[in-house]
Amino acid sequence: MSVIYILIVISIVVAIVFLVAFIKAVKGGQYDDDYTPSVRMLFDDELVKNKSNKLVQTEKQKSI
Amino acid sequence: MVTTNCFHCGNEINKKDEVVFDEKKFCCTGCKTVYEIFSQNDLTCYYDFQASPGATPQDINGKYEFLDDEKIIDKLLEFQEDTTHIVSLYIPHIHCSSCIWILENLQKLKQGIGSSQVNFPEKKVRISFNPEQTSLKEIVYLLSSIGYEPYISLENFDEGKKKVDRSLIYKIGVAFFCFGNIMLLSFPEYFEVEEYWINQYRGFFRWLIFALALPSFIYSASGYYVSAWKSIKSGLLNIDIPIALGIVVMFVRSTIDIIFDLGQGFFDSMTGLIFFMLLGKLFQQKTYDFLSFERDYKSYFPIAITKLLPNGGEIAVQVYDIEKGDRLLIRNQELIPVDGILISEKASIDYSFVTGEAVPIEKKSGDKLYAGGKQQGKVIEMEVLFSVSQSYLTQLWSNDVFQKKVNQQHKTITDKISRFFTPALLALAFLSFFYWIFIDTATAFNVFTAILIVACPCALALTAPFTLGNVLRIMGNRKFYLKNALVVEQLAQVDTLVFDKTGTITTNKKTAIVYEGALLTSNELQLLKNTLRGSNHPLSRRLYDFIPEFERKNVDDFEEVIGKGIFATIDNHKIKLGSSSFVKNLNESTHKKTKVHVEINGIYKGSYVFNNQYRKGLEQLFESLAKDYNLVVLSGDNDGERAILTKMLPSKTTLVFNQKPEQKLAYIEQLQQNGKNVMMIGDGLNDAGALAQSNVGLSISENVNVFSPACDGIMDASQFDKIGFFMKYSKNAMKTIYMSFGLSILYNIVGLSYAVTGNLSPLVAAIIMPLSTITIVSFVTIMSNFYAREKK
Repeated sequence: MSVIYILIVISIVVAIVFLVAFIKAVKGGQYDDDYTPSVRMLFDDELVKNKSNKLVQTEKQKSI
Repeated sequence: MVTTNCFHCGNEINKKDEVVFDEKKFCCTGCKTVYEIFSQNDLTCYYDFQASPGATPQDINGKYEFLDDEKIIDKLLEFQEDTTHIVSLYIPHIHCSSCIWILENLQKLKQGIGSSQVNFPEKKVRISFNPEQTSLKEIVYLLSSIGYEPYISLENFDEGKKKVDRSLIYKIGVAFFCFGNIMLLSFPEYFEVEEYWINQYRGFFRWLIFALALPSFIYSASGYYVSAWKSIKSGLLNIDIPIALGIVVMFVRSTIDIIFDLGQGFFDSMTGLIFFMLLGKLFQQKTYDFLSFERDYKSYFPIAITKLLPNGGEIAVQVYDIEKGDRLLIRNQELIPVDGILISEKASIDYSFVTGEAVPIEKKSGDKLYAGGKQQGKVIEMEVLFSVSQSYLTQLWSNDVFQKKVNQQHKTITDKISRFFTPALLALAFLSFFYWIFIDTATAFNVFTAILIVACPCALALTAPFTLGNVLRIMGNRKFYLKNALVVEQLAQVDTLVFDKTGTITTNKKTAIVYEGALLTSNELQLLKNTLRGSNHPLSRRLYDFIPEFERKNVDDFEEVIGKGIFATIDNHKIKLGSSSFVKNLNESTHKKTKVHVEINGIYKGSYVFNNQYRKGLEQLFESLAKDYNLVVLSGDNDGERAILTKMLPSKTTLVFNQKPEQKLAYIEQLQQNGKNVMMIGDGLNDAGALAQSNVGLSISENVNVFSPACDGIMDASQFDKIGFFMKYSKNAMKTIYMSFGLSILYNIVGLSYAVTGNLSPLVAAIIMPLSTITIVSFVTIMSNFYAREKK
């Protein structure tokens, strides 16, 4: 059962890693704005495809 | 009648101004242009997220010349490298997901913009761009052209950025980390089973728990120690002392327990306590930030003014660099930043900022112009008399009264009770300790800690913030914004209400217009209507809406003399509309009433009198308030309205007229010296001194973005008749707090009686404590919501 020393220590270390990650995230200002990301993730990316299509066409025209 | 709305901004379309483009209807060419910009760049997704999300772009010709000044750009930019500049702009029009979308897709509209990110709650956008391909000025122009004009003010100028304080979040993170892990590690001991392996590893677990408790004890709870220490030094005993003492005692007791193998200790309860207390603080802070109020008066003034050089050139200078004798150029809608003398022939200044009167005041060459006025009409030239710090407005603001922080004068209930609570508790704890030490040492320690722990000062500490936080939030939902929780307590203690007249009990929006004079035929009315169409003056606009619809006629000759009147020729009829001096009728001073005189073909017909309309519900409001409060109406106007007001308002009301700002302040001071607790309700900035002098200063505003920094609360004008409800609600809020104090005292008495008689083990005490906290918090939330529901 003495393996429990190692196991507990490992679990504490993992927990500390997460705590450090949390502190780093807060320091980086990630949680200063908690509303906008919820809206941002609902935006679509379709425009990128359209633009690249258009570019392809104009290049074709140029080559003609 | 079909009212179509503009596809872009949602406003109603005037048939004559309608613009149709791409099968969609717009109210003006501005909106159509923005739509054009979007559709050409494949950005019509803008309209998919919200209906009519746009705003009509304003004319900004010449307004942003100051962005060419290197010094100013330097101050505005957050980050400056050769190829990357980053700027953070405040854009008031941000209000929906469409705004976020378009502002984060700016790079599609302009070469050189790298990326942009929106911070919705703060209404800011952070744009990163390449200065070699585009400039800050171009970006601002772009934003304005799509209807998202940024608001650039002195605020951006302050040296030294405000450091964002995140220490509370760190403390909570650490506290929760310790709390969670300690709970897990405490599991074996909870079950109190005398198994072999538990005895083997008990030491390990306990010391690990001890090590985990240290960060929470030392770092997370540090705020409480500091506050307790400060209050001991100043001789007052505040609520943080029992909390700090309780935490320290728990820690010491638990450490002793572990060292001498007396038990498991109470680290789980201690860290749990610390975590929940910090959470409560965070909730409070979020509520306050949400109703944030930190506006410096500096943000009202435009940051840079156009200065005229002796040789005739124009340069942009910062407000602080303006000196006496400088000549300034003020454009339409720009604020006058300093006191000065008008050089141009005439000017029309809107002093609604200062006096609350929306009707512009005409000034002629040589007249003194005061800071804070908004210029309307052609550009004017003025010469500076005083630099910014000495202006009239700053004089009023730097009046001693402002610098006083009202919270120091006011002892909140929690501090009051904790004055008794803490010493009483400590006395009880020590007494019981000494009593039991002669009987049984172990029990003595038990009793001592149990008393300190079960006494649950946390209920006292949390009741007020939670109740007041909830009350603030509910009031905010009803468009009644208070500066902080203390104001609620102060509201409950008010016994005298002082109302300003103009803009507070009268409304600038609805003005009843009455015609006095010879009856006008419908032909003549038609002439008037067509004449008024061409003028943008507020009185013209109101009069235009007042006169019924008539057929359009061609106006042959039109001339508007700014601030005086309109002269027009239609069908060979000469029409003159305007002030008495313009119409050359009488030279009566129109101070008693606002009038627009009518003259057709040289014959004076009559005048339209603009009566201020009193707010809806004023009479009932005063009736119900008169029962509990002394009522006073203070006005800067002459007493032309005295008769009307005496009829409308209850007889006990005191009416005082012709009060200048300093006199209003003095009046309130006088009331306070007579022992009254005064609440002042006003709106204009020149109430500012009076608002700050009174115990509670409330500012009524038609447009909630404009208010005075001196007041303790803002109320949206639409909620004016609910003042009675809010006053009652604040009293109910205090009642709730007292009730929950009563409840927690009950808890304490029951718990303490068990503890003192030695029947309460500290463990049970530690469990009861969070339980009582939760009960108190729920009770308080339910009650404050209940009272809010009572009178809807």
